Amino acid sequence: MKAENNYELEKRKYVIGGAAVVIIIVYLLRLFTLQLLSEDFKVSADSNAFLKRIQYPARGAISDRNGKLLVYNQPAYDVMVTMIEQVGVDTLDLCESLDITREWYEHRMEEIKDRKRNPGYSSYTQQLFMSQLSTEEFSRFQEKLFRFPGFYIRKRSIRQYNYPNAAHLLGDVGEVGPEDIEADKYYRSGDYIGKLGVERSYETVLRGEKGMEILLRDAKGRIKGRYQNGKFDRAPIPGRNLTMSIDIELQALGERLMKGKLGSIVAIEPSTGEVLCMVSSPTYDPRIMIGRQRGKSQKQLAKDPHKPLLNRAIMGQYPPGSTFKTSQALTYLQEGIITPATAFPCSRGFHFRGLTVGCHGHGSPLPLVPAIATSCNGYFCWGLYYMFGNRSKYKTVQDAMTTWKDYMVSMGFGYKLGIDLPGEKRGMIPNAKYYDKAYKKSWSGLTVISISIGQGEVNLTPLQIANLGATIANRGYYIVPHVIKEVQGMPLDTLYTKKHYTKVDRHHYETVVAGMRQAVLGGTCRVANTSFYEVCGKTGTAQNPHGQDHSVFMGFAPREDPKIAICVYVENGSWGATYGVPIGALMMEQYINGKLSEASQTRATEFENKHLYRVDNGPQTIVNSQNEKL
Amino acid sequence: MKNSKQEKKAPSLFKSLDWLTIFIYVVLLALGWMSVCGASYDYDQAGSIIDFSTRSGMQIVWIGSSLLLASLILMTDDRLFETLSYIIYICFIGLLFATPFLAHDIKGSMSWIKIGNSSIQPAEFAKFGVALCLAKVISTYNFDVRKWRDFIICIAIIVVPMGLIIMQKETGTALVYSAFFLMLYREGMPGCLLFTALSAVVYFVVGVRFAEDPLLGVEEMSLGHGLVMFLIQIFTTGLLLVYGNKEQGTKNKSTFIRMFLYMLLIDCAAIFVARYIYPCNSVWAMVFACGASGLYLLYLALRDRFLQYCLIALFTLGSMGFFYSADFVMNRIMEPHQQTRIRVLLGLEDDPRGAGYNVIQAKIAIGSGGLEGKGFLNGTQTKLKYVPEQDTDFIFCTVGEEEGFIGCAIVLLLFLSLILRLLYLSERQPYTFGRVYGYSVLSIFLFHVFINVGMVLGLTPVIGIPLPFFSYGGSSLWGFTILLFIFLRIDAGRLRVHNSKQ
Repeated sequence: MKAENNYELEKRKYVIGGAAVVIIIVYLLRLFTLQLLSEDFKVSADSNAFLKRIQYPARGAISDRNGKLLVYNQPAYDVMVTMIEQVGVDTLDLCESLDITREWYEHRMEEIKDRKRNPGYSSYTQQLFMSQLSTEEFSRFQEKLFRFPGFYIRKRSIRQYNYPNAAHLLGDVGEVGPEDIEADKYYRSGDYIGKLGVERSYETVLRGEKGMEILLRDAKGRIKGRYQNGKFDRAPIPGRNLTMSIDIELQALGERLMKGKLGSIVAIEPSTGEVLCMVSSPTYDPRIMIGRQRGKSQKQLAKDPHKPLLNRAIMGQYPPGSTFKTSQALTYLQEGIITPATAFPCSRGFHFRGLTVGCHGHGSPLPLVPAIATSCNGYFCWGLYYMFGNRSKYKTVQDAMTTWKDYMVSMGFGYKLGIDLPGEKRGMIPNAKYYDKAYKKSWSGLTVISISIGQGEVNLTPLQIANLGATIANRGYYIVPHVIKEVQGMPLDTLYTKKHYTKVDRHHYETVVAGMRQAVLGGTCRVANTSFYEVCGKTGTAQNPHGQDHSVFMGFAPREDPKIAICVYVENGSWGATYGVPIGALMMEQYINGKLSEASQTRATEFENKHLYRVDNGPQTIVNSQNEKL
Repeated sequence: MKNSKQEKKAPSLFKSLDWLTIFIYVVLLALGWMSVCGASYDYDQAGSIIDFSTRSGMQIVWIGSSLLLASLILMTDDRLFETLSYIIYICFIGLLFATPFLAHDIKGSMSWIKIGNSSIQPAEFAKFGVALCLAKVISTYNFDVRKWRDFIICIAIIVVPMGLIIMQKETGTALVYSAFFLMLYREGMPGCLLFTALSAVVYFVVGVRFAEDPLLGVEEMSLGHGLVMFLIQIFTTGLLLVYGNKEQGTKNKSTFIRMFLYMLLIDCAAIFVARYIYPCNSVWAMVFACGASGLYLLYLALRDRFLQYCLIALFTLGSMGFFYSADFVMNRIMEPHQQTRIRVLLGLEDDPRGAGYNVIQAKIAIGSGGLEGKGFLNGTQTKLKYVPEQDTDFIFCTVGEEEGFIGCAIVLLLFLSLILRLLYLSERQPYTFGRVYGYSVLSIFLFHVFINVGMVLGLTPVIGIPLPFFSYGGSSLWGFTILLFIFLRIDAGRLRVHNSKQ
């Protein structure tokens, strides 16, 4: 009986063996689905084990035209945090070590976790907690770092400046904002981007190309080596170095001379269009924009009523005043309205049908060259009157206006020149439509007569005035002004090598040059005269309905084969000869001679200390200067 | 006992040994060592896999000593173990009792005794003591597992060491001892007992695992409850089909199938109403279906005077009672942290930093292996320590990642052939002692493979027990080697026994 029972029980071996077979089959099926039917696990495994670490390239250095280093890189230290690992950190201790408040800490942590402000957020990857620790702050923090799991140090480089000058030109770098990340996939939260100046306009050249290192990371986030010994790594490509066309010495002198004044100096090498200096006053030391103080400095500068952040050289739009007369002379000559011998009367101004444009005392009638030299208002008013009234040449006043406008545009007015700096303004050259609208189509040359002397609706940027100087110096063409002379290993944009010819023939320019030379020898620009080289110049005293007239000077030197064309614009500086001419003269001397004579040094110091407004942030005060006759 | 003449007739040990099992054993050891190399590979000490300061190097020591141990066992007399089985068992009970007092705390476990530089875990060795003792008891004259008194003796032999091991906070290892019930089933324990116990485990695990999940998108219904009710319906029908009144033949069968279809209809209607008409907790309708079938069976039992119906009705109603009382205890009586403990113990807690993390990382490691794997020592997940316990409990991940599906299949099929071979060897034993011991060994191997691989694949609860011959560690390797080779020694003696019989 027992044997029979055993026989029954022996069949149970099939149950047990069957169970074992079923288990293994189920497991094999499970393995099959896990390993062969899904790619997700491979992706997860990669994101687990591979830490794609970005390697930041060195940003390109910037030097001036003489090879003097202006901007370079300096190490700085960012504090990074990995949210998932930072549990249990002693917040108080951390705040103390980093010299931050608890509120700031909490606010920052919220910011990091906010996916709207930080689109690339992941609690598993390092996020920027605090940027740009100085070397001292860094060494203090590093000692305690072991106490703060999840916090790391990332070495970055920040910009450093050798000179306190050229802030508007050089610009600065700051952290990218959400809109930058949106616009260009290259950027990630915490990256730097050029914010102003050439740092911004040459961002893609300066930044280089980020590299990528694929590292093996263990479960605790420790780095355990390179994946496949770095086979798939990509080395960063350093940014290209820039050589600016700026002469930093000239720039420094310009900033010195403009101290306490509002305005701008722009100097251009006429033959190349290279900007030799571009001063906008007031300015600031670019070094205050480095590191974490950038935000604070920026706020302070933005609050300043004199707007030091504004680059007046390309953003300020001013009436050019009498400097504009040169362009009028060229237009009249080319259009055959006048010849160099044509003389117009001027009895202390232009008087016609009850309209008066005042002028100062000088001989009358005058032909063109002395008219430019003495800056006769009457002459240019008559010129415009005859041009706009010439019905044999232009069917309507609108036609004349359009012709006039085309001349102006060909000289680089009314539109952005295209300088390689952000934020350039186009100025204002009115056209027929504009006046049709303003005067309901009933207007004539007389109505708009003030445009002939650079007043009224006409507005130019100091850059455009300097470019006018360069065009005259070149006798009829200009190259778009640019501040970068050379990009390492790259040809310059053809925009900055192409000649733009104006609509005026070369020989007419010679007449205007003669007039400008006359102005220096015996006209309004006598202060600029020097025995070393032949200076040509034109003053301007731009009427300002809001206060004291603006002092303007446009000139170039030497007369033949000019090396420098310049525009000096001093807001509320009264006569052109008061500030414009002497400052322009000093600048040209510095550039052409490479230094200032002793007498000039004294003059420079004198101008440095002549302030048109109180340098502190108090209300603007105009200091009346000696009334020199124009 | 036996005269020398007969002794001489016996074939040599070399001839009577089962070399196939030894072959499988050696291959598994070799594959296991490769996996330990991959799992314990340290980037900081690259290239030193046979250095004795590394785990892979130490594993060589453990493997070498295991082989030595195996040879020693083979050199003994097979009757030695039968003779000493009670003494061995009592020694182990004593040792297990003493362990918590001698042990030093390792990650909350009190099961490790330090000897010199290394630690051993008596719980791993005690298995063969228990197996020997059970074999000895069951093979005594007139002992029958089907007798209540004898069955309880068996249970006592199993439960005492289990309890002692639970006191050492090694619940996983203690659970391994439940594998002996598989052996008891072979020896005559009623199958329905095993079935009922298994059902209870399944109800509990499934119920808790899916308690919070919505059933087909109906938030009011618990997927866990619905599934359990459905399982009860299937089990009931299955039992009826197997144990139903055979005399009434096919007529009854169709009745039972019709009953199952009715229940299915109620289930579907309930889900349909909740999903498309009015969202409500219609799991109660499924409960009603189960309860009605139970009552109907009771009616049948009375009508036909057939005891089995009554028992099956008891199973059905008992299942429901068990599930709902377990659910009640779990959710109403236990504190939240105790609930969490249970859920984590079962590997059910979705906690990325706790047990859930292990399972997720294990799946990633295995899944990333693909068909052929990443190659020896080329796994990233295991080498970079993403999988916790990767060279002990989760070692199968390394196989999955580095050797891929092919490697996993080879390993699993090797285990299967080992288990089936042991089944074959057990069945060929001339005496109960050998058979019981053999079944104990194969049950333990099966349990380890089932739970260990299952938890790595995310199919069974996370119970921390090693994979035989793969997991790093001397205690488990020695334990499995002793377990296996005692059986091989007993098996080698079978022919002599036959001879002496003749």
